Amino acid sequence: MQDPLMTPIAAPRRRFLRPQSVLPGFGITMGLTLTWLGLIVLLPLSALFIKTSEISLERFIAIVTSTRTLHALQISFGLSLAAAAVNLVFGAIVVWVLVRYDFPFKKVVDALIDIPFALPTAVAGIALTALYAPNGWIGALLAPLGIEVAFTPAGILIALIFIGLPFVVRTVEPVLADLDRELEEAAASLGASRPQALWRVVLPSVWPALLTGFALAFARAVGEYGSVIFIAGNLPGVSEIAPLLIVIRLEEFRYADATAIACVMLVASFVLLFVINRLQRWAETRGAKA
Amino acid sequence: MTIEVAGVTKRFKKFTALDNVSLNIRSGELVALLGPSGSGKTTLLRIIAGLEWPDAGEVRFDGEDALARSVRERNVGFVFQHYALFRHMNVFENVAFGLRVRKGADRLPEAAIREKVNTLLSLVQIDWLAERYPSQLSGGQRQRVALARALAISPRVLLLDEPFGALDAKVRKELRRWLRHLHEELPVTSVLVTHDQEEALELADRVVVMGHGKIEQVGSPAEVYDAPATAFVHDFIGETVALPGEVRAGVLFHDGKPLGLDAAGVPDGPARILARPHHVDLAPPGEAPFSGRVLSLRTFGPTRRADVEIAAGSGKVVVEAAVPLDLALEAGAVVGLRPRAYKVFAANG
Repeated sequence: MQDPLMTPIAAPRRRFLRPQSVLPGFGITMGLTLTWLGLIVLLPLSALFIKTSEISLERFIAIVTSTRTLHALQISFGLSLAAAAVNLVFGAIVVWVLVRYDFPFKKVVDALIDIPFALPTAVAGIALTALYAPNGWIGALLAPLGIEVAFTPAGILIALIFIGLPFVVRTVEPVLADLDRELEEAAASLGASRPQALWRVVLPSVWPALLTGFALAFARAVGEYGSVIFIAGNLPGVSEIAPLLIVIRLEEFRYADATAIACVMLVASFVLLFVINRLQRWAETRGAKA
Repeated sequence: MTIEVAGVTKRFKKFTALDNVSLNIRSGELVALLGPSGSGKTTLLRIIAGLEWPDAGEVRFDGEDALARSVRERNVGFVFQHYALFRHMNVFENVAFGLRVRKGADRLPEAAIREKVNTLLSLVQIDWLAERYPSQLSGGQRQRVALARALAISPRVLLLDEPFGALDAKVRKELRRWLRHLHEELPVTSVLVTHDQEEALELADRVVVMGHGKIEQVGSPAEVYDAPATAFVHDFIGETVALPGEVRAGVLFHDGKPLGLDAAGVPDGPARILARPHHVDLAPPGEAPFSGRVLSLRTFGPTRRADVEIAAGSGKVVVEAAVPLDLALEAGAVVGLRPRAYKVFAANG
């Protein structure tokens, strides 16, 4: 009979729970991590689901498939994805300039990037509204062209772009700064044009970081409330975001309705973030194989 | 392809990396640029490659102005010190890169690319690694990939920046011989940058010794070792015993006594008498030009070395002399030193 302690545990399980490692402290750190995550993240989330379970399934379905809810979710997720995509492109350009070139007041520009992080979102919302309202500086210029920004979905998009930019910039910046210049020199010496070097050498190296920045900007935009409600106009079915609808339901004391919408947002966000995460992992393994 | 460098000067802010450097490299030669860090050797290589532009001077390939062409138009193979392999591509794609970025009529069909890459991978003896990624390779294997990648564009000039710097001693020696062999097989002019004199002397047809942004000497490995043109070259290449002295009207003095050594052509003033350790004989103290006290003795394998302290003007200098294994000598003894073959340079020259 074998010593039970010596019995090998099934290989896949061991790989999962007990990575063979010379680093001690797996048990205690894992325990702390799980406790912490449980308290801070899972407990409030499970409360959300428990509260939602107070209503029947039919009621739940009726709430989440009502035109107003569906439209709010569509606005929230659609515009968040669009804003994250815009930030991906322009954030990448900002990073490129910040990392690769020296120019006067570079430090000031660098500090400006972080302002959307720190500014109270309501302040941002009011400032953007003042600018884009038909009598604001920018709004007054756009109004003769028939373009309305404030109090429309376009205004929401601008607010979401504003708050998401630093996420892309700050995630990609260190990766691009670490990227060896010799790689581009090697590409050039092998006859690659500048666009070819960027497309075939630089971009694949920063793809994972770009995707992470995209995911963070998207997640932030989905949850954004303060800046959006000032510029959105909040017309149900036109420019009403899901977080606002939740608040409206809460003010009407329809708690289960609010949590039902929140549940849908939560699950949808989780699925989207999971997909982005897989994409990023894929880009990473394809990119580094490290 | 011949490479002509004429009067090239390059400054980085206030630091002069290259100071009016001129050099002719013959077609098919393997030339080593040898020097300590900061001597400008890598800058010169990068200027030849087109990765850096000189502030003044000219670079010509086969008589044609190379500075008018960018790095991608010069068709030079450049091997970087840290290989600069593309991490997201496997070995095959790394080597194929230079062929895949070609456009229009220059673009080879896929089958031709595959064939050429496979031929190159066999040439550098890593065809079995084609599917691996750079992070899965050893240093020596990465070096071979970097070389194959540089050769893929059929360069007529191959430039190597410290190609063996990051490898351990044994692999380095093996790759060195292999590179020499490869150079002879290919119709290519090679320039190699190194700070390792052994590497330069063993590998190169000609060695260019550089120091402080200038070329100190150009010559065959034997020439720079046996007939160093300057004190810098003597110091830098091989081991050197430096003895102090002073030249007055063509005669060498030490501590006020004439030494009876030849100092032809050296201007008056303080001088350094440089010799290889095995060219300095031990002699009874009274009969030799120099004498000093033995501080310590070391034996390793067939060689034995003594640190000898010699009075020099106001202070003292310690030189390392070769001692025959069978000579009875102890620390504290006073010995004479007589350089058999030596060169005299002005002390500040």
